[in-house]
Amino acid sequence: MSGTSAPQKPLPVADPVTKPFWDSVKRQAMELQRCNACGKFIFYPRGICPHCLSDDLAWQPAQGTGEVHAFTIVHRHPNPAFAGEVPYVVALIELTEGVRMLSNLVGVAADPAEVKVGMPVEVVYEAMTDEVTLPKFRPVGSRQ
Amino acid sequence: MRRGIEGKVAIVGVAESDRIGRVPDVPAILLHAQAARTALAEAGLKREDVDGLFTAGVSTLELGEYLGIEPVYTDGTAVGGSSFVIHIAHAALAIMNGWCEVALITHGESGRSRVGMPARATAPDSLASQFEVPYGIPQPVGAYAMACTRHMAEYGTTHEQLAEIAVSTRKWATLNPKAMMRDPITVEDVLNARPITYPFTLLDCCLVTDAGGAVVLTSTERARDCRQTPVAVLGVGESHDHSLISQMPSMTSFAAKTSGRRAFEMAGVRHDELDLAMIYDSFTYTVLLTLEELGFCAKGEGGEFVSGGRTAPGGPFPMNTNGGGLSYNHPGMYGIFAIIEAVRQLRHDYADQGIRQVKDAKLAVVHGTGGVLSSAGTAILARA
Ligand SMILES: [Zn+2]
Repeated sequence: MSGTSAPQKPLPVADPVTKPFWDSVKRQAMELQRCNACGKFIFYPRGICPHCLSDDLAWQPAQGTGEVHAFTIVHRHPNPAFAGEVPYVVALIELTEGVRMLSNLVGVAADPAEVKVGMPVEVVYEAMTDEVTLPKFRPVGSRQ
Repeated sequence: MRRGIEGKVAIVGVAESDRIGRVPDVPAILLHAQAARTALAEAGLKREDVDGLFTAGVSTLELGEYLGIEPVYTDGTAVGGSSFVIHIAHAALAIMNGWCEVALITHGESGRSRVGMPARATAPDSLASQFEVPYGIPQPVGAYAMACTRHMAEYGTTHEQLAEIAVSTRKWATLNPKAMMRDPITVEDVLNARPITYPFTLLDCCLVTDAGGAVVLTSTERARDCRQTPVAVLGVGESHDHSLISQMPSMTSFAAKTSGRRAFEMAGVRHDELDLAMIYDSFTYTVLLTLEELGFCAKGEGGEFVSGGRTAPGGPFPMNTNGGGLSYNHPGMYGIFAIIEAVRQLRHDYADQGIRQVKDAKLAVVHGTGGVLSSAGTAILARA
């Protein structure tokens, strides 16, 4: 055990219902659940559809596109792992499928003059460890 | 059709803990107990009279044990800072139906000093830990800030308008010796304060304090034998529509719309009849959104509604007259302190303190918001 390792960010631990989502993100081919009974997409993953309570749910590839529905620029965080990276953008992304997902916006300055509600974005995959990858988003056309 | 409360239940005692603000030598449970003891004494009631127990933050089991109370009605509804306003609704129902006679609602939180508080960690496979925490959103401030940017984009709400709320609330705090922050501030001070989470600066955010609070209710009939001018409960409403901010159905609307409509309908009062509004102010934006949701102004017009010092002392819309969570006291779940101030204003406790007292206050709305704009409780109270 090293005493000098950098502070660690908390990473998601999948449960049996959410595991297919996290596995798909690790493969860099994000999938979303869709309800076969009512046709609606669902996020976060559930065992029962929140729209109609059916459990007839199927995984489908996500388009990986959407827009910024809302955002905030973080200047302070109690966890040193995050505090070391401020300012950064946390955004609520409305995916083309209609569901919303919290994530980070990358490839753009953490500046309210640059980040806009309604900005079109696309998914990028950030490997946090050998085991865990997070879906993040960048403005469409951004090179990062 | 819900049966109304019709003023059959009254608040007969309110109190804070012996000290509030920075109280590093008092564990959270004792903050509950101190406030409970003072509120009962104010009402002229004894511990033995209490047969209904309501709290959030700790279990009613712990509270009952600590105070030596064996209730016949117990309610630990815990939906964040709105819980205590919702407890008023539940206590009123219980009292009206004879399930208990004297209800004690308490709160205590060592929010600043963290003495005797439960651990904050959540399980790594919880839904929050999987779908929000990894992206570094500081909670709860990041959630409110994010909702606010959506309102700014949809309705053109400005940071200057948000700042008006902080400035007017601070003016009220200058009149309250119990308030932690009492130096006047300007809109520029708010805009230029240290950025916390865009669009919020430090002065858009509530304090973090140590404090307890308590409220005692009984039937209006029994209230006649109590020591204080009773304050009647006329209408109540409650609701919630999400837990995680990323699951909020609409970023610019929340459960206050439902709780407010139901409370106003039950009370049978109009907005323009109210003398005082106590609106949970975890952040400036919480207030702006709540005023719209409760129907004090049209959707998107909250910014204009609070501008020009309209909610400040001497303004046409007295609001958060204790200095609020922004400047007086906010241990974490502020709702009970909004109730306490409304009751004191309606009893005219500040009658000898000039503009601190809202003149001829007869009717007040108290609104609590919990979680990340998750839950809402509204109560309409009247000088009996
Ligand atoms: Zn369905």
